[in-house]
Amino acid sequence: MKQGIFEIIENVALTRDTFRMKLQGDTSAITAPGQFVNIKLDGLFLRRPISVCDKEGYTLTIIYKVVGDGTHAMAHMRAGQTLDILTGLGNGYDLTRVGDRPLLIGGGVGVPPMYYLARQLIESGKKVTVIMGFNTEREVFYKQEFEALGARVLVTTADGSCGIRGFVTAAIPEAGEVSCICACGPEPMLKAIYDATDVPAYFSFEERMGCGFGACVGCTCKTKYGNKRICKDGPVLTREEIIW
Amino acid sequence: MVNTKINLCGVTLDNPVIPASGTFGFGYEYADIYDINVLGSLSFKGTTVEPRYGNPTPRIAETASGMLNSVGLQNPGIDKVISEELPKLRACFSKPIMANISGFSLDDYTEACRKIDSEEQVAFIEVNISCPNVHNGGMSFGADPKAAEEVTKAVKAVTTKPVIMKLTPNVTNIAEIAKACESAGADGVSLINTLLGLRIDLKKRRPLLANTTGGLSGPAVFPVALRCVWQVYNAVSIPIIGMGGVSSSSDVIEMMLAGATAVQVGAANLVDPFACKKIIEDLPREMQRLRIDNLSDIIGGAH
Repeated sequence: MKQGIFEIIENVALTRDTFRMKLQGDTSAITAPGQFVNIKLDGLFLRRPISVCDKEGYTLTIIYKVVGDGTHAMAHMRAGQTLDILTGLGNGYDLTRVGDRPLLIGGGVGVPPMYYLARQLIESGKKVTVIMGFNTEREVFYKQEFEALGARVLVTTADGSCGIRGFVTAAIPEAGEVSCICACGPEPMLKAIYDATDVPAYFSFEERMGCGFGACVGCTCKTKYGNKRICKDGPVLTREEIIW
Repeated sequence: MVNTKINLCGVTLDNPVIPASGTFGFGYEYADIYDINVLGSLSFKGTTVEPRYGNPTPRIAETASGMLNSVGLQNPGIDKVISEELPKLRACFSKPIMANISGFSLDDYTEACRKIDSEEQVAFIEVNISCPNVHNGGMSFGADPKAAEEVTKAVKAVTTKPVIMKLTPNVTNIAEIAKACESAGADGVSLINTLLGLRIDLKKRRPLLANTTGGLSGPAVFPVALRCVWQVYNAVSIPIIGMGGVSSSSDVIEMMLAGATAVQVGAANLVDPFACKKIIEDLPREMQRLRIDNLSDIIGGAH
């Protein structure tokens, strides 16, 4: 974990309520895709945990959806402003355990962490398929960006307005044979993937956090291997340990 | 050169700053980012006889200038704390340790205190009779002078260490509880634990916390804490550890002027993991600015 001051270099809308922010600062504590950062915002007491979408050199990219006071404030920030950010939080995905044909599944704002993961896996020679799930076409973002990395991309929308109609599980048969699944999204989505598949799988969970670095134990969940803090021992848990 | 040393129940601390229980784990998460030996002492995560998961999640909610928590004393139990957590803490911390002990019955308190008593580096036992997040435990002892007295007596009988009773502000008269602890032999009191609070999710029209209520902490509670320390200082002669929303070196001095001998820092650690270190580094500067040579000279100085 590191605390650093980051300068916003870009903050743009990708859809009506989903924004991409690029920041410059010391990213050296970010060691694995699937980790998150925790952002201090003026006038709000607790930091806001946001997943890392990408990191390259000194540039950190995050994608967030406006859901409350914190993300609302972020959406109004401009290039040149600075943010106090804790980086390198959480375990992230273990790249050595995903096999040669990983399937990455993101639902809504669960899509962004899959980008850094896909990039690293493709750079190391893996054949990556990505399923992105959204409610409707106007919520879809980053399809082209994933394709530009060289990933095979399958989009699902609940209303059928783009790609395959239905939830992300509807696209799993299209992915063919895969070596493992890495997923991030709402818990019902994770549970549906868990039930529909039997390959090794890694699921990234969300929980209300106090500190984000393991001290307050506010975000603890029960697993088959004992209590785990989503912020420190997670957010990525393996299929074997999850208790639904 | 200013002197930040204070004497707490016969133990000299390099400075009065102590991370509050439940906000600092067993120290090692913070030791990854700074040398925690700068701390005066460290109050570790509230420990019970049996392991506890605590309450269901969500158990954190934000408030104006603070937060609610309903963790509910999650801890691995006293035996594992002694066999696994304390060795890890000792590896990164050589200062006096404050053991925070909680319970649901007199036997719980005495069993846990008896076990921790033989730990050499434990310099103080802080007995939590004020947790608002567990039923039938903690706060019920701290809300009644007779019960507070009974726990104090029982714990004093099984330990050789200074006993500090941690009090709740969720009472009509906190000074009366402090007096009961003092008369039962307590070596000090620490206050305040969190204030019972509630938040509601407007969309779901349900409480934000799965446990419905939670304990309020953070800068929002600082004036309440200060008032409690003031009242207790007027009522007892044993040392007081002041806490509740402390986030700066000037807050530390204000707490001490109200009557605190030492000061705990809680919620601030969760937002800024370097909070205690920064406060300790700022303290000499703030003392010079206010023309304080010896920090211990100002205890109760506003009375």
